[in-house]
Amino acid sequence: MDSVGNMIIYAIAAIAIIACSILAVTTKKILRSATYLLFALLATAMFYFQMDYEFLGAVQIAVYAGGIVVLFVFAIMLTHKPGKDAEPLTSHKRWLGIGAAVAGAVVCAVALFSYGKFCCAKLLPGANFDIKEIGTALLDTDKFGYLLPFEAISILLLACIIGGVVIARRR
Amino acid sequence: MYLIPSLIMFGCGVYGFITRKNMIAILISLELMLNSVDINFVVFNRFLYPEQLDGMFFALFAIAIAAAETAVAIAIIINVYRVAKKVDISEITKLKF
Repeated sequence: MDSVGNMIIYAIAAIAIIACSILAVTTKKILRSATYLLFALLATAMFYFQMDYEFLGAVQIAVYAGGIVVLFVFAIMLTHKPGKDAEPLTSHKRWLGIGAAVAGAVVCAVALFSYGKFCCAKLLPGANFDIKEIGTALLDTDKFGYLLPFEAISILLLACIIGGVVIARRR
Repeated sequence: MYLIPSLIMFGCGVYGFITRKNMIAILISLELMLNSVDINFVVFNRFLYPEQLDGMFFALFAIAIAAAETAVAIAIIINVYRVAKKVDISEITKLKF
């Protein structure tokens, strides 16, 4: 985090995340909201690449940007007429939402800044993991192995497939 | 310093989750919140324990669970649309009482 290029990349990704998340929840058209979500997720992948987690950044782009956003776009195309705006908000609900969001953010920000120098700490040169170590740790049964969550998530995906078929089936 | 965009992203997700009326827009806000939590896992792993991989695996499994959850939720939304012809939560009230 000392070189100028790193700072510029960080600034671009941070501004993209902040602007795109604000626009994604305030824009009137739902398809634009999905597009801003896509850019926010890509900027998050930039953060992962900058922190030397290349595998996680690739998974983020492949699963989120390639899978979930495409699923959103299909669902929006199936359920909406083109060019229709969202309904205007009632001010009561808007103030409730702003109040909840700002209250939560202020509590977290106070905790973050009172912890001190963590929020501006330097990025240490971490151990550079290659894909072999990640795969070994993912299928290991040792102390730092993740075989049980891996199998559990495979069962979750199977249940998800069956649930999707059952829900979408015509009766 | 990576936590500040993540914090703002989570706040946006909370605001959208409360104020939006469209079911797909609510799901988009939910994705924003899940994504900011993933950033937090990775940042704490990278800054506090850079020689281990636990936070990265948590983020990886969180991404997989988010994908599964989104697929099921969108199947439910499309099915509700097929029955009721609308996706607005203020008009779908049959399950409410």
